[in-house]
Amino acid sequence: MLAKRIIPCLDIKDGQTVKGINFVGIKAVGDPVELGALYAEQGADELVFLDITATHEGRKTFVELVKKIAREINIPFTVGGGISTIQDAEALLNAGADKVSINSSAVRNPQLINDMALNFGTQFVVVAIDAKNYDERWTVTVNGGRIPTDKELFSWAKEAEDRGAGEILFTSMDHDGTKNGFANKELAKMADMLKIPIIASGGAGNMEHFVDVFTKGKADAGLAASIFHYKEIAIPDLKSFLNGKDIAVRL
Amino acid sequence: MNIVIIKYNAGNIESVNNALNRLGVTAEITADPEKIKDADKVIFPGVGEASTTMAYLKEHQLDVLIKNLKQPVLGICLGQQLMCSHSEEGNVECLGIFPEKVKLFSPEPGQEFITKVPHMGWNNIHSLKGEILTPELNDQYVYFVHSYYVEVGPDTAAVCDYINPFSAALQKDNFYATQFHPEKSQKVGEKILENFISL
Repeated sequence: MLAKRIIPCLDIKDGQTVKGINFVGIKAVGDPVELGALYAEQGADELVFLDITATHEGRKTFVELVKKIAREINIPFTVGGGISTIQDAEALLNAGADKVSINSSAVRNPQLINDMALNFGTQFVVVAIDAKNYDERWTVTVNGGRIPTDKELFSWAKEAEDRGAGEILFTSMDHDGTKNGFANKELAKMADMLKIPIIASGGAGNMEHFVDVFTKGKADAGLAASIFHYKEIAIPDLKSFLNGKDIAVRL
Repeated sequence: MNIVIIKYNAGNIESVNNALNRLGVTAEITADPEKIKDADKVIFPGVGEASTTMAYLKEHQLDVLIKNLKQPVLGICLGQQLMCSHSEEGNVECLGIFPEKVKLFSPEPGQEFITKVPHMGWNNIHSLKGEILTPELNDQYVYFVHSYYVEVGPDTAAVCDYINPFSAALQKDNFYATQFHPEKSQKVGEKILENFISL
């Protein structure tokens, strides 16, 4: 049976792991390769590395880091952050990334999804969507949740699928950093609309939250950062807990 | 031991090389027909689209070369699919090493929002046979990413169930293939690669 995936996310700045609370107020927590390898050893099903470096020098550092990750880590990993052209994506894929995620650049230039799917295959393309509930309208935001756009969450997710996304990574900005659980209602609505897998992100605070996201939220994968980085939840404990709740996981 | 990874227009060939390096094995990534013919073991990886990849293989005469190899050959993912007789992806005749056909996953109406395509993630394999899918790997999880599958047939060496049972691995004579990615499947995948290397 296809297992539900547990995906730790590592935010990278200048080659180091960081995690922001609501994406603001960043604090360094470690070496990405070391941390990634540790998570893989503990049973993480995939890893996501998000480059939040803005500078050109930082981008080059990230490509070198991706090469190192690909050499050391024996599970699939997605990289994202600042990818706005086919060439950016290609450099990361050639460096050994299994998938790339695009976010703001896809909102600004939706054709990028088509182009990436055509060039590399749909399975390489993860479309990440950060959205926030403004007066009962789920609005897509860009620049780490700071800028609302004119796009609506569900229609944008559907459009991304139609354009060739292989997966959707949905982060609720209302839930991110709260540790009060995932946006299960919205996730379930999205799951019922899309034929591609959905990675849920934002709000994980305890092990029950993962049970909820896989049952109520109908998600295919659950992504979290700080609860893993700060060792609040150990991946082996989470997996055996889920297994005890009859959720298919890889033990 | 001289291991060659066939270089062609497919994505992520380096991943297989990285996995072999982690096992302490070195391989050469090459498109040179002489080097491929002379290798002890050949790995035919692949991520991409079937019809364009077949066209590329034909253009570079790699199709005839691969079919006629006598040493152990391991196809991975698209590599496995291209070793079959026909693929629905771009409706293309493939290498025909295995008689099985490649089909698109088609969930029953109403199931398409539950069983998602691509089949992406870790799934368990069973009904193992052959030399590289050794019995201790039965029911273990391996990593899949694909929208097309190889039907179950006489050469099926491992079965996985998703939407319908399909060939997670194939084996016939000196040809071995996996739909999943052993290079991304942690210890289980490493064992399979080790088994292949030790053939």
